Amino acid sequence: MKKEIRICGFGGQGVILSGFIIGKAASVFMDYYAVQSQSYGPEARGGAARSEVIISDEKIGYPRPTGVDLFVAMSQESFDTYRNDLNKDTKIVVDPDLVPKNDIGRSLYKIHAQKIAEALGNKIVTNIVMVGASTAIFGLLDEEAVKKSVLDSVPKRFLELNEKAYIKGLEAGKNALKKL
Amino acid sequence: MKFIYDPIKIRDVLGNKIQFLLGDMACVYGGLLAGVSFFGGYPITPASEVSEGMARLLPRVGGTYIQMEDEIGSIAAIIGASWGGAKSMTATSGPGFSLMMENYGYAIMTETPCVIVNVQRTGPSTGQPTLGAQGDMMQARYGTHGDLEAIALAPSTVQECLDFTIEGFNLSEKYRNPVCIMTDGEVGHLRERIVIPDEKDLNLINRVQATIPKNKFIPFTDSQTRKNCKVPDFPTFGTGYRTYVTGLTHNEKGFPATDKQKDHEKLVNRITTKITDDADNLVMVEKLKLDDADIAFVTYGASARPAETAMDIARSHGKKVGLLRLQIVWPFPEKIVSKLAKQVDKIIVPEMNLGQIYHPIKEAACGNCEVELAPKIGGEMHLPSELLKYLGVK
Repeated sequence: MKKEIRICGFGGQGVILSGFIIGKAASVFMDYYAVQSQSYGPEARGGAARSEVIISDEKIGYPRPTGVDLFVAMSQESFDTYRNDLNKDTKIVVDPDLVPKNDIGRSLYKIHAQKIAEALGNKIVTNIVMVGASTAIFGLLDEEAVKKSVLDSVPKRFLELNEKAYIKGLEAGKNALKKL
Repeated sequence: MKFIYDPIKIRDVLGNKIQFLLGDMACVYGGLLAGVSFFGGYPITPASEVSEGMARLLPRVGGTYIQMEDEIGSIAAIIGASWGGAKSMTATSGPGFSLMMENYGYAIMTETPCVIVNVQRTGPSTGQPTLGAQGDMMQARYGTHGDLEAIALAPSTVQECLDFTIEGFNLSEKYRNPVCIMTDGEVGHLRERIVIPDEKDLNLINRVQATIPKNKFIPFTDSQTRKNCKVPDFPTFGTGYRTYVTGLTHNEKGFPATDKQKDHEKLVNRITTKITDDADNLVMVEKLKLDDADIAFVTYGASARPAETAMDIARSHGKKVGLLRLQIVWPFPEKIVSKLAKQVDKIIVPEMNLGQIYHPIKEAACGNCEVELAPKIGGEMHLPSELLKYLGVK
């Protein structure tokens, strides 16, 4: 088993942290091998950023994706830039408010992550909502393992907010699964 | 304030035993576990996280971090700290490594233990700041002038960034030579699972301190306390052993002897053979599926990762492919490569440069098999599919 995940958005959204959380969940809180890589422009904020995670039950040689199984996009620019090598089986998750031009002639999972985060009081946790939703939609990782990884990776004073965001994300993901 | 190596405190600062960690940070962890107490550096992508991590963690274990004015100052500072008794370290990338070359030679000539982490990026010059390459491999060996022996390790995984930094310190202390950890922007910026080794499994080596009566001490000669050891005992500054330290050719007492052919020959022969005599103990390689192989990848660092994937794919197509991964690149494991060349029909050398370690491999193969270079530059590692073409697999 080898699965490849690409999470993208604009710099500052927590795209790298999202990949880090998923990789940690798989390799520290579960028994998989995982490797996370990233690429981004020189900007600290803005620009397209991406984080890629490979999860496998065997040692991972080449550490970058060669075929994406899960594609998560949190900005229009990154959606347009980083979806060139998707295949017909790739599961696609977008926030339709951040990726309004998402009609590419195939079905995708729509998660209003930013709105959910805003309803919780802070849009900074948009990425964690997406981590929750992606966990539910992809179905590879144990929900509890990812939750542990979230709580282990965010600042102590925001634990509660992040936990709520993750749980709301999971719910949204499960609802999206039913719809599609 | 004297630094006290406290393994419990270090582990407390590092945190959980199992972590999902960045390659650059793993070099920081390795340094701390080895007992580094001084870091002098100047940030440069993709090595900045090493400085950043050291700035954050080193003071918490009682060590000293200084951001110097540049890379020349950085290596000068760690050489000085080493003579003050510290295990010392710096980290840089290509352009900074170039600036360090003069004092790298000084550390070799003065037999100063220290560790230089080079998170390689493309060049020449400032090249591609955030992207990986393996273009400095020959620079670690030949980049500074004169006759010398280099010790360099090349990690392929994040765990190896940690382990090899510890090993780098051990070798540096043992041989009194600077050691280069030749990682790269790819491995340095990967995150993977690491396990922090227990204290009992570390087997740390510390330089042998001068202990003989001070009036009998000779600073630059074979060890005065260890038989058949060409590495002199170390007279830490401030301990009362009078020592003159210079990059000029010096006699056994350390005083300049710049016009004496015999003194130069004796000194440089000793500081090179102290390493070459022990070359068999300086071999660290990983052999993968070589037993029945008739084609072998010989590579190191980041390049070994796509090579391993390509090997597995080729094997599934019935091709007998193996992989020899050089973990210590310098000294070059000539005997092992030479033996492999007599076994296989062909050696393929993937490198993220236009051919560097390819040359000593070809020399060691000595016509016994074909040696083909598989170069890739531009800041990306080889795709496994690109390497499969060299194996004739579509």
